[in-house]
Amino acid sequence: MIPFNTMVVLCGTGLLGVVSGIIGSFAVLRRRALMGDALAHAALPGICLAFLILGERHLPALLLGALITGTVGVLVVTTLRHATRIKEDAAIGIVLSVFFGAGVVLLRVIQNMPSGNRAGLDHYIYGKAAGMVVQDVQWIGGVCLVVILAAVLLYKEFTLLSFDTAFAATLGWPTLRLDIVMMGLLVIVTVVGLPAVGVVMMAAMLIIPGASARFWTERLHVMLILAAVFGGLTGIVGTWLSATFSRLPAGPVIVLVAAAIFVVSMTFAPRRGILARTLSHVNLRRRTARQNLLRTMYELVERDLDARPAVTPAALTRLRAWTEPHARRLLAAGARVGLIERTSDGHFRLTDRGLLEAVGVVRTHRLWEMFLIEQAHIATDHVDRDADSIEHVLGADIIRDLEDRLVQLGRWPHGTARPPRSPHEIAVDGGVTP
Amino acid sequence: MNPGVLETIRTLSTDDAWVMVVGSLVNVSCGLLGCYLVLRRQSLLGDAISHAILPGLAVAFMLTHSRAVLPMFLGAMAVGVLTAFLSQTIHRVANVPEDASMGVVFTTFFAVGVILITMVARHIDLDPGCVLYGAIEFVGLDMQSRFGLTAPRAFWSLAVVIAVVVGFIVLFYKELKIVSFDAHLATTMGINATLMHYLLMSLVAGTTVAAFESVGSILVVAMLIVPGATAHLLTDRLDRMLMIAAAVGIVSAIMGNILAVHWNTSVAGMMSVVAGLQFATAVVAAPRYGLISRWLHHTSLASRVVREDILAMIYRWHESTRDRSLSAAQVVRALGGGLLPHLAMLHLRVAGLVGPDQTALRLTRAGRDRARGLVRSHRLWESYLAKHFDLPIDHLHEPAERVEHFVSPTLRDRLAEEVIDAKTDPHGRRIPP
Repeated sequence: MIPFNTMVVLCGTGLLGVVSGIIGSFAVLRRRALMGDALAHAALPGICLAFLILGERHLPALLLGALITGTVGVLVVTTLRHATRIKEDAAIGIVLSVFFGAGVVLLRVIQNMPSGNRAGLDHYIYGKAAGMVVQDVQWIGGVCLVVILAAVLLYKEFTLLSFDTAFAATLGWPTLRLDIVMMGLLVIVTVVGLPAVGVVMMAAMLIIPGASARFWTERLHVMLILAAVFGGLTGIVGTWLSATFSRLPAGPVIVLVAAAIFVVSMTFAPRRGILARTLSHVNLRRRTARQNLLRTMYELVERDLDARPAVTPAALTRLRAWTEPHARRLLAAGARVGLIERTSDGHFRLTDRGLLEAVGVVRTHRLWEMFLIEQAHIATDHVDRDADSIEHVLGADIIRDLEDRLVQLGRWPHGTARPPRSPHEIAVDGGVTP
Repeated sequence: MNPGVLETIRTLSTDDAWVMVVGSLVNVSCGLLGCYLVLRRQSLLGDAISHAILPGLAVAFMLTHSRAVLPMFLGAMAVGVLTAFLSQTIHRVANVPEDASMGVVFTTFFAVGVILITMVARHIDLDPGCVLYGAIEFVGLDMQSRFGLTAPRAFWSLAVVIAVVVGFIVLFYKELKIVSFDAHLATTMGINATLMHYLLMSLVAGTTVAAFESVGSILVVAMLIVPGATAHLLTDRLDRMLMIAAAVGIVSAIMGNILAVHWNTSVAGMMSVVAGLQFATAVVAAPRYGLISRWLHHTSLASRVVREDILAMIYRWHESTRDRSLSAAQVVRALGGGLLPHLAMLHLRVAGLVGPDQTALRLTRAGRDRARGLVRSHRLWESYLAKHFDLPIDHLHEPAERVEHFVSPTLRDRLAEEVIDAKTDPHGRRIPP
């Protein structure tokens, strides 16, 4: 049975993770990831001022103070960016360090006061999740509801704002007001989270779940849900770990759990993950090497296709910048997939299937060469496309035209006993092999 | 200045003097490097590095069981450069936005650092609070004698740092400059931009470490960004920018310490606040890029346009009608009312371009010449547009109304040559000579 206090803390950090994951996703997409960091720092002087004015630790008042200076911080960053030559990064850095410096000055003043009820305030810097009470969790829960509600109601607006602010403005949407709403939510989440995880860790809670979720999907609503799940998991697992190993402070452990999720996402996510990208890169290289081999084999025997004589690896090296061992490796790889066979005297020749595929490759290659030579001005967008199937890139009549020219030049690849008569038929067919 | 503060200055001790010296060394080193960070739009990398070096310090401490300078320095340098490298790599390889990748890296390192420190906290006087605020107040307690001078320990390490920083900037001044303003140009000129980047980052990391124990990370971040940004507002020349940044750093160190002693509060925090105040002053009052000068520039342009509009309006009135009773109130109303037309009217009268009679406005000789020039520019421009662009006749006035204020005499002569045969504008009004 989990003790009640631990339960409260688990709920609090879990909810905090959910809410910061959602609002942080928008910040990450809008390239505003570090705004949360600046905000969290800018909240400190507000907390201290509220304490100085009231003379006691009254949670809503402290949050209000944080909210005010946090908002001022955001406004200063925006003003500096728009009205002066200071760039956004410097503006964020200035707000972050100067506001925090002011906060530290005030904090020290408070600590020097005779009535210095200092308990608590410095927790806003490093955070103290274990000190969470039911009231804190209620606050976080309330903010959580508000943020989710805003994300659902303003989903379309926030989406457009995140991906194309200028377009939203041309549509006549109140981008400035929407931006203020979004930043306002960010401020509120940051302020509520500060006492639990502290300044630096709050920045992590905002950035890491969103950045992790981005790896798994291209769709915003999936990303938001994933970020919420990651954030929640992070909070709960981190708190549980720090409760189990009592010497570890919760904030940093939570961040490390988030970092672990990030590393896993970055490595293993399908399509955007590093592994998947490396794999597709390797596949591409392999396919390119195979196609180069097939084309070279074809060109070596093109004059005598019916006999299809076997070739030596040395013959390949004369046409290509390959070393002989490299050529042998390529041949062996081709033989494994049945495109190439080894003759009894140790030479190599294309199998029937290999010839068929080689014809496709050669045809594409020559069409593409022809196209680049004669009509390259159309092709600028497409040159770096992986054009192994040229029909997908070019229009049917261009291909027909190019094919006719290849036939006239005597460079039309012949693979089967009867060469293809009608280029038209090929274009309609649309496949790689004629 | 408040007499209490003066009193505080009178009671400053030698310890306070050392605090100011050490603070100046930190601020100048950081401020100089910060200029390049600000120019390269990498200010936040300074922030990231100063947070991320924590685990480097902790590991160095755990391995050597001492606060020896060299291992800590090496540990932090390694982590600092690693932060810059990882941020860049995650950004490039995994396609994460640059700021997000930086945020992920430095918060993670910081978390590792805090955990390592709490784990060894029993044997260590490097507590998390000290990481943020530092203990510059106490530099005077740890003195060391070298070369016949007794100075705080931090003074000696920071003196080495500032020498290295200044040496680096002097040695690579040209390279750094080109890399900062145009990295691609630098590459084509055979300067290794990547190498310069990592050299700069390792210097930032090194300075951060050296500054770290004495002043803590907030002051380092503030000093890496604020003086550079302040100087950037005040000048367009790199050499002056470096000097201004250094000056801002020194003023922050001295004033920060005095005010902190006065209010008995955190020295590092106060130094950043003073730097922030200097920045705020520059934002408001910088000669060219400040808000006031931009506002003045804008307003003076706007009021010149209004004055010229008034002159042209009176000219046209007298040209088109025999009625001489155009009043100032009518003119002001035609221009939309408000403060600006009133002031412009007053200005014209004082400058002797418009006669004193308010009910029947009259141009003086000088005013007439000015107005004739404006109207000539306007009508020449209309004729030019009509001749060379296929615009409907009711679309000619609008652009000419805007351009007339910016046509120089030379341009006016060339326009006149272009439309040499036109005696009237497209609306049939005479073009004044």
